[in-house]
Amino acid sequence: MHADATAQVSRSLFRRPPSVIPGFGITLGLTLTWLALIVLIPLSSLFLKTATLSPDAFWAIVTSRRALNAFKLSFGLSLVAAMINLVFGAIVAWALVRYDFRGRRLFDAIVDIPFALPTAVAGIALTTLFAESGWLGSVLALVGVKVSFTPLGILVALVFIGLPFVVRTVQPVLLDLDIELEEVAATLGASRLQTLTRVMLPMIAPALLTGFALAFARAVGEYGSVIFIAGNLPNVSEIAPLLIVIRLEEFKYADATALAVVMLVASFLILLAINRLQRWSEQRTGRL
Amino acid sequence: MAGIIGRSHRHRADIVPEGASDAREEPAAVRWTIIAIAIAFLSVFLVLPLVTVFQEALAHGVIPYFRALAEDDALAAIRLTLLVAAISVSLNLVFGIIAAWAIAKFDFFGKSLLITLIDLPFSVSPVISGLVFVLLFGAQGYFGAFLQAHDIQIIFALPGLVLATVLVTFPFIARELIPLMQEQGTQDEEAAISLGASGLQTFFRVTLPNVKWALLYGVLLCNARAMGEFGAVSVVSGHIRGETNTMPLYVEILYNEYQFVAAFAVASLLALLALVTLIAKALLERRAAAE
Repeated sequence: MHADATAQVSRSLFRRPPSVIPGFGITLGLTLTWLALIVLIPLSSLFLKTATLSPDAFWAIVTSRRALNAFKLSFGLSLVAAMINLVFGAIVAWALVRYDFRGRRLFDAIVDIPFALPTAVAGIALTTLFAESGWLGSVLALVGVKVSFTPLGILVALVFIGLPFVVRTVQPVLLDLDIELEEVAATLGASRLQTLTRVMLPMIAPALLTGFALAFARAVGEYGSVIFIAGNLPNVSEIAPLLIVIRLEEFKYADATALAVVMLVASFLILLAINRLQRWSEQRTGRL
Repeated sequence: MAGIIGRSHRHRADIVPEGASDAREEPAAVRWTIIAIAIAFLSVFLVLPLVTVFQEALAHGVIPYFRALAEDDALAAIRLTLLVAAISVSLNLVFGIIAAWAIAKFDFFGKSLLITLIDLPFSVSPVISGLVFVLLFGAQGYFGAFLQAHDIQIIFALPGLVLATVLVTFPFIARELIPLMQEQGTQDEEAAISLGASGLQTFFRVTLPNVKWALLYGVLLCNARAMGEFGAVSVVSGHIRGETNTMPLYVEILYNEYQFVAAFAVASLLALLALVTLIAKALLERRAAAE
């Protein structure tokens, strides 16, 4: 009886329009199995491990001064970096889509460097570049700005890795924008600035926000490019992912896991927000 | 992209009288300011770091550069990186195709949740992607005692490096295939099946040719990330020189030992990989657009 009901539920859950294409059962089964083995079971081990901590012990770990400072630094700087990327990413996307200039194709390809360049390589390169003996660092030192081995260095690394997310999200939406809308706005007497802010900005706003959220999500978890340039002083320039690694190396697995759970829950929430934004963006622009 | 720009230029010539300005264009001063900001930003943040890598690697000439690359530990790191990437990319390639088939060709309950779960590794910190395997397979981990009893080494060994890399690069190929295959629908496959093709024949003769560029694109990005992954493999590697050091980890060790030329020499190989990836990507995009 019970088995019967289960079978019925599972049939109705997985009911689909009749299809002549074969392989549904096996491909879905393999997908779910592989997903469980590689992603879901490993990630759930975090929660399993954390469950061995008492709530008080968990709370003490994640609200310790060092942890709070690391979270503040990671989330705060990621937010600032994402905002910088929002502004400059929009400018770069606009220039690449709307204007023709020499080297446009080259600069278009260059946008993807942070996707392709390994983070450790980016880390040591940025550190050298912004160190006081480096090309940019020596110039900045003249005006008294120190970048490498300070929180400002972390910001530079986070801006580096986040930029393509904004550009690549906004670019296709800008390309697909209906030219006639702009022309109608102009015909009806809108100034160029009015057309941009009242007609076009609302159209690309969801894409901008999606790119912002993607850049933010990536920055929060970033490790490789940051640890070289950060200086890694506890409470000052120590990011949350680094604190997790430090706890691991001290064999304090429970501590590392508790911190990781906080980060993971935060990324879940960001991911949910991104999905919402993307759906909104699709509705707004009619793109799929 | 060329289409839009071409269109806007045709507009200008067709409609706008000589000397008047197009309603769709900003004044030239604004235009050039925006272009200048974009170029300056891209140059400072993206081009200069790349140039720095090669400049530092060759700071003392060509001989120290090649000597650093010919070190035994460097060669071991290169071999290990290639091996880990080859295994990880193959696994994700098979998974990506299977997942895309199930998701794009059929309708079922919970599909969007499944897509979200496949995307999940993108938003997990690489450090956490490594940590979870230490929790499962490390000496203190859930399966630690069992693995020790059977003398199986996962953490601080090749299997751990592969697992961490597979988790980090999990979505890359599936993510490229799913939207494209959804867009293409099922008519081609249905036609092939109704004409008597088997499922596998349909896949290899009909579906695969339709998605080959997207597939290559996914493999390319997946491979770049797999070879360059740092955080996740750093946690599971144990940093045993000549044994569990991939190239990015070896770069870190050399850098921390102040062997800057050697560090940047190995880094330059990874930077070359990035450049090759970008060029191949641009070519693929042009190819796909032409079809």
